[in-house]
Amino acid sequence: MSFLLGANMTGGYGGADILHDCTIGVEKGEIAVVVGPNGAGKSTAMKAIFGMLNIRQGQVTIDGEDITSLKPEERVLKGMGFVPQTNNVFTSMSVEENLEMGAFIRRDDITSTMEQVYDLFPILKEKRKQPAGELSGGQRQQVAVGRALMTQPKVLMLDEPTAGVSPIVMDELFDRIIEVARTGIAILMVEQNAKQALNIADKGYVLVQGENRYTDTGAALIANPEVRRAFLGG
Amino acid sequence: MTDILNALVILANFIFVPAMAYGSQLALGALGITMVYSILRFSNFAHGELMSFGAMTTILLTWALQSSGYSLGIFPTALLAIPVSILVTVILAVAIDKSVYQYYRKIRAEPVTLLIVSIGVMFLISGLIRFIIGPKDQVFTDGQRFIMKARAFKKMTGLNEGLAIKMTQGITVVTAFVLVALVFWFLNKTRTGKSMRAYSDNEDLALLSGINPERVVLITWVITAALAAVAGTLYGLDKSYKPFTYLSLLLPIFSAAIVGGVGNPLGAIAGGFVIAFSELTITFAYKKVLTYLLPESMAPDTLMQLLSTDYKIALSFVILVIVLIFKPTGLFSGKTI
Repeated sequence: MSFLLGANMTGGYGGADILHDCTIGVEKGEIAVVVGPNGAGKSTAMKAIFGMLNIRQGQVTIDGEDITSLKPEERVLKGMGFVPQTNNVFTSMSVEENLEMGAFIRRDDITSTMEQVYDLFPILKEKRKQPAGELSGGQRQQVAVGRALMTQPKVLMLDEPTAGVSPIVMDELFDRIIEVARTGIAILMVEQNAKQALNIADKGYVLVQGENRYTDTGAALIANPEVRRAFLGG
Repeated sequence: MTDILNALVILANFIFVPAMAYGSQLALGALGITMVYSILRFSNFAHGELMSFGAMTTILLTWALQSSGYSLGIFPTALLAIPVSILVTVILAVAIDKSVYQYYRKIRAEPVTLLIVSIGVMFLISGLIRFIIGPKDQVFTDGQRFIMKARAFKKMTGLNEGLAIKMTQGITVVTAFVLVALVFWFLNKTRTGKSMRAYSDNEDLALLSGINPERVVLITWVITAALAAVAGTLYGLDKSYKPFTYLSLLLPIFSAAIVGGVGNPLGAIAGGFVIAFSELTITFAYKKVLTYLLPESMAPDTLMQLLSTDYKIALSFVILVIVLIFKPTGLFSGKTI
């Protein structure tokens, strides 16, 4: 069983179900990527795993512990970090304050964690006194990821971290994400840039209409001619 | 030269000094409005009455202190009563939040619903005040009346015009300055203050970061009620306490908050002074000033007043409209209402 597992999830935002018996999991130190066409329920699956949406069936477990009924903020305490797709920084607050707020639930000394985040994203150290709202798109995403890392999560969930950033910045972000995974954190992310994301993925999930269509290693999915033709543009 | 000095002294005496005091009172009020707006996301119409309630509590305590023989010498006895008055006002605000606003937060009511609810709360508190102390004027200022008397100033400088600074004006400006500095220090330097700013900035992300919204709301009410109690007392000390005036005070206070940029604490302070200074400069009669400055042949016959003082309150409304037309986010770019 995976370290973080959303098993057989069925549910939606009230009304019709969006997810149908969908299963997504990730191991420690691994990167799992969820791809699929628009409206496939990728972000919904993430929200379901993070508890921002109630599922009718199925369960979410972390390290074997059932957390299906926990609220998002309680899941943060269980070691989950979440980077939403939009509005993922406190725009009026400085980079440093963003990181401090990320560590709000911690009562111990956070300076070493903050140093680690600055080591990972050196540009943030340079801009630490600047309001996050004044940074470029790529830098904001770094703040967002940094904020989520401040709780020292065991799992980091990223909802389209590269949305709206240039290809160069995207490559750099992916590099950083690989670095984060190497520290032993499980990474689960949703991506529009499917090919590049699957390239760095240990595990890939292709969702279609809220169901698992293909599940394999990232490399195998890229090699799969059907997946290539239907989802990766040839 | 002496003519120019005399003219300046008139302006200082009738515009600068009173506007500083009035502006401080408005700034404290607007700061409370802005805090509630940015955290609880509604316009709190009950704020004026909360100020009035704070002032009333201070008055009752002051009377009690006076009758048992306590006083602060040259300072008004009311200063001694303020801390307890803050406590009582905070208790009222928190009790109202728990019994009224909390329910509407739970059902995720629209901001406009909360606004209407706050009008209900306004009537409730105003009824309570009239029930306890009645609708009449109350004077509770004691101690020394002036820091600087007009006659003493004339003697000191040899000028024709005098500059008077009332004790209450001095206290108002100093207290407002200290309180504002405290609030800013709290919001920018403490963990709790930062969590309030974070909650105001992005509620969802604040939740994801483990910030407890009920705690943030509670602290907001504590600060708001404390500010209201002090602002209300200072206004009452300065101008005599009359329950009705706090209702009409609501307009300049809201204007101040919106002019400065609602949701922006710095804007609330600036807005308070903008409103106070424009009210006083526009309704002031410049006849005497111009008589000093202009050659005798050009001395004005009329009062040289742009607007009658009766329009003082309406003026803040005009400023509000002008700002909303040309800079809807306010001078310091707050949120758009």
